[in-house]
Amino acid sequence: MRTGTVYTETVVHLAPTRFTADAPYQVAIVTLENGERLTARIAGERVAINDPVIEADAIEDIPFFRKS
Amino acid sequence: MTFGRQVRGREVAVIGAGKTPFGAFAGEDLRTLSVTAGRKALVNAGLEPSAIEAFYLGNFAGPEFTAQNHLAPWISTALGMTGIPSTRFEAACASSGSAFFHAFMAVASGIYDVVMVAGVEKMTCQPTPRVTEILAGAGDGSSEVRVGSTFPSLFAMIARRHMHDFGTTREHLSSVAVKNHENGALNPDAQMRKVITLEQAMNARPIAEPLNLYDCSLISDGAAAVILCAADRARSFTDKPIKVLGVAQASDYVALDRKPEITTFPALRAAAQQAYAMAGVAAKEIEFAELHDCFTIAEIVAMEDLGFVERGRGGFFSFEGGTRRDGPMPINASGGLKSKGHPVGATGVGQICDIIQQLRCEAGDRQLRRHSLGLAQNLGGSGATCVVTILGRD
Repeated sequence: MRTGTVYTETVVHLAPTRFTADAPYQVAIVTLENGERLTARIAGERVAINDPVIEADAIEDIPFFRKS
Repeated sequence: MTFGRQVRGREVAVIGAGKTPFGAFAGEDLRTLSVTAGRKALVNAGLEPSAIEAFYLGNFAGPEFTAQNHLAPWISTALGMTGIPSTRFEAACASSGSAFFHAFMAVASGIYDVVMVAGVEKMTCQPTPRVTEILAGAGDGSSEVRVGSTFPSLFAMIARRHMHDFGTTREHLSSVAVKNHENGALNPDAQMRKVITLEQAMNARPIAEPLNLYDCSLISDGAAAVILCAADRARSFTDKPIKVLGVAQASDYVALDRKPEITTFPALRAAAQQAYAMAGVAAKEIEFAELHDCFTIAEIVAMEDLGFVERGRGGFFSFEGGTRRDGPMPINASGGLKSKGHPVGATGVGQICDIIQQLRCEAGDRQLRRHSLGLAQNLGGSGATCVVTILGRD
């Protein structure tokens, strides 16, 4: 599982049609250990900038991370 | 005024401008809105439709919002302009800024003497979750959008990082909304003519944290049009020609997560530098501006990238009143996208119409004291396209 830190994040309240059932949900840009960045959903506890995160199971090909 | 300009090709002037009000207009479609704005611009220039040699249309998502495609000839023929090249430009929220840039080049190059540029969008015919989905089409569908990012959420992530890096506060963001609503309340063509308090702006319902309802621009219908002309012929049409002193377009990654830093827009900086060089002016000489405040944080980042304030100081400058109509750098005296409305494809040309209104001293209660040199900045997506235009009185 990949690990990284939160570069920035938001909690989405107004979702597009496809994701209205999920709202509110947290989206973050994660800086991975190799320096690459990835936009992912956050599972479980809310995270803040600079929090360490670890990849969780993807759901329907959507990458998820959680606080580590 | 002379600025020691770096001009390639012919000089270009605006000789006519026209807009519809921005708002929710159930009885209007893309064509009727565009025809209203286009006719106003023709009347303003004192021209017949037969004088127009080419038609440039900015529109972001007409086919998705309304199912109508092939928009440019659908509209130009309704304006009585038959046979001429009619082309639609799509660059997300910078669609009509981009159309304006390309129309400028066609006149500057000598191919045409007189062209029309219009922008239009019809958004209120769809429910808000569907509007959110269509707007998300301006992001990267292979990465950020597939995980559930919306446009408010992309700018919310910019705001979070800006707050973290520079100490920008909730109050700073809301000061942009309060100021733009105050200006828009004086604009008869604005969608939301309502003054709001800082408390109201700070405590509205969340859309994408930290952004709330009052940090977000509106869902709007509307159109705007201008007529460009070779500058040496402009005086034969109008005694109030407006010179296009500089205009530039630049681009960047569509996906926010591809950018090394998200609190600055490199495309905006590049377009600004080119437009300043073409016009022969420095940022500090610009007297007023219409900036792309799709979200409050976007106005803050734009004033930094344009060089009006130092990086990181935009929120402080706004909160201290620096961008009010009586401040040192009035921004969005029209009310901006926030209060005036944001029919996305119409916004770029709409901003240019607002600058022209100030330059011609026709802005009524919103008229600024210094009004000889104005700048319009139109942003597409989360910064992947930017157009900067500098206009001055001839």
